[in-house]
Amino acid sequence: MNLLWTWLSNPENWQGSSGIPVRVAEHLAYSAATLFLAALVGIPLGLWIGHTGRGRVAVVNLVNGVRSVPTLGLLFAAVLVVGPLLGGDIAFLVPSIFVLVLLAIPPILAGAYAGVEGVDPGARDAARGMGMSSMEILFRVEVPCALPLIFSGLRSAALQVVATATLAASVSLGGLGRFLIDGQAYRDYGQMAGGALLVAVLAVLVDLVFAGVQRLVVSPGLSPIRSARRVRTRAQLAANPT
Amino acid sequence: MISFTDVTKVYLGGTTAVGGLSLTAPTGKITVLVGPSGCGKTTSLRMINRMIEPTSGTIEIDGRDTASLNPNELRRGIGYVIQSGGLFPHRTILDNIATVPLLLGWDRAKARTRAHELLERVGLDPVLGKRYPNQLSGGQQQRVGVARALAADPPVMLMDEPFSAVDPVVREQLQDEFLRLQGDLDKTIVFVTHDIDEAMKLGDQVAVMRVGGVLAQLASPAKLLADPHDDFVADFLGRDRGYRALAFAEAPELPLRDEPVVLLGSTVALAAETAAGDRWVLVVDDAGAPLGWSEPERLSGLIDRDHLHRGGTVARIGGSLRAALDAALSSPSRRGVLVADDGRLVGTVRAQDVLSAIERRPAGAVA
Repeated sequence: MNLLWTWLSNPENWQGSSGIPVRVAEHLAYSAATLFLAALVGIPLGLWIGHTGRGRVAVVNLVNGVRSVPTLGLLFAAVLVVGPLLGGDIAFLVPSIFVLVLLAIPPILAGAYAGVEGVDPGARDAARGMGMSSMEILFRVEVPCALPLIFSGLRSAALQVVATATLAASVSLGGLGRFLIDGQAYRDYGQMAGGALLVAVLAVLVDLVFAGVQRLVVSPGLSPIRSARRVRTRAQLAANPT
Repeated sequence: MISFTDVTKVYLGGTTAVGGLSLTAPTGKITVLVGPSGCGKTTSLRMINRMIEPTSGTIEIDGRDTASLNPNELRRGIGYVIQSGGLFPHRTILDNIATVPLLLGWDRAKARTRAHELLERVGLDPVLGKRYPNQLSGGQQQRVGVARALAADPPVMLMDEPFSAVDPVVREQLQDEFLRLQGDLDKTIVFVTHDIDEAMKLGDQVAVMRVGGVLAQLASPAKLLADPHDDFVADFLGRDRGYRALAFAEAPELPLRDEPVVLLGSTVALAAETAAGDRWVLVVDDAGAPLGWSEPERLSGLIDRDHLHRGGTVARIGGSLRAALDAALSSPSRRGVLVADDGRLVGTVRAQDVLSAIERRPAGAVA
């Protein structure tokens, strides 16, 4: 505890190109790029599966298969294969992001297809019966109704990515993983603990940001808490528990 | 007018859902498709707006073959109401109602005004407009479903068991309001139900279908009850057909008796005096509307609402023979209470007088 506090409160650790703010920024940059790319693949694919009901089994199995590959092993393999083709930091950055994207796709994809698939069939039927085209049904009904689950997929991906982006340091890149790797190398346990704490805090903050955006974007009609009837039922249950 | 000509729907695997259906749903009338599950009634309905494509045969709306139209444009011109309501949970009630007008490219303000108007039209409080579907009861959601289907004022409405998911009391209310609404709007409606009583109540004509999508009989409710085409139709219609048929026969002028009445809150002594030896005396309110029967000899003090016998039904003058007969049969005094359109008591009638009116109708008469 003391070591942790000593490390965190040392002003030197908060300055320079290897200080905490820079590492946090690097970490966020890796995570953001990863989530962006994963969402670019996972969301459209998930929406397509959910909307058409096609390819579900194939894609879901494939994605779960990828999930079971150990991330660290995959990272080293990717660096070995891709690294020589590229130069400098890029040789490590591309494989790192690639591996993180593979990690982030499954929850995002699952959220998107489960969200669309779970839309009330009555609402979908009514939309079609009122003359909406397939794309109108997708974007005016299915996607807005799927948003809560799309967000939950993104949030769980974000948590995993922020935690796992520490791996980038193991192939000589920056980010908060540096403190873990370097701390271990120098047996500086304060630094290791500090790095771990920062990762945890960052993950929570990122999740809070997503939660805030979710509140703004998701229709209040989809949140069960706002239901007057259910609130009343709960109040009644509280009043006379049976 | 919607006409089916030899329409067949065979699903992959060879199940025939609809087999050679030919029928016409006249303009401005309610045509009810009724039958047991698997009779193809919903399939038939959904072929009208091409949610399901027929295997063969043609369906025309006002002479235009639906197969020649763009399906989405066709559907935007047809109101569609389904059993589960199918409201969009993420949109407010007003936005739900405004869906089709917005699809048709109306401007927002006009669509919202129209949505407001319809909210009131279907008997909902305007404050509900800003709520979301999950904040409404099942009956309210169904009303919104009807309002949404009416939004762009389509000449044709398709309704797939719209009232089956709500409880019987609410269902009856919705049916009555639906009939009142249709009285103003004169839409061409095709209505699917498995409930024969609902079919009889709502249909101008009723198509009874049997399993395999074959039309068993198409007729007015009165004609169906009086003259079922075969055993299947007769069984499906159920018991009490003679009695139920009276619902479609307007009562002729019945010999009314003046009924001595007392006001609610009168003394029991006054009631007993008014009854003049009879066991039962009718209690009315200040406006002259009957409230119920009271039995003075078993009471003391003042007559209040809790003491009234409420078993008797009340029939409207000019209503059906069934209502008049039922009023007489259900009354504890055996005198059926008849009221005017404004609810005021007009007089009472005995079952034997209603029966003689029934007897006087020509034999085999239908409605």
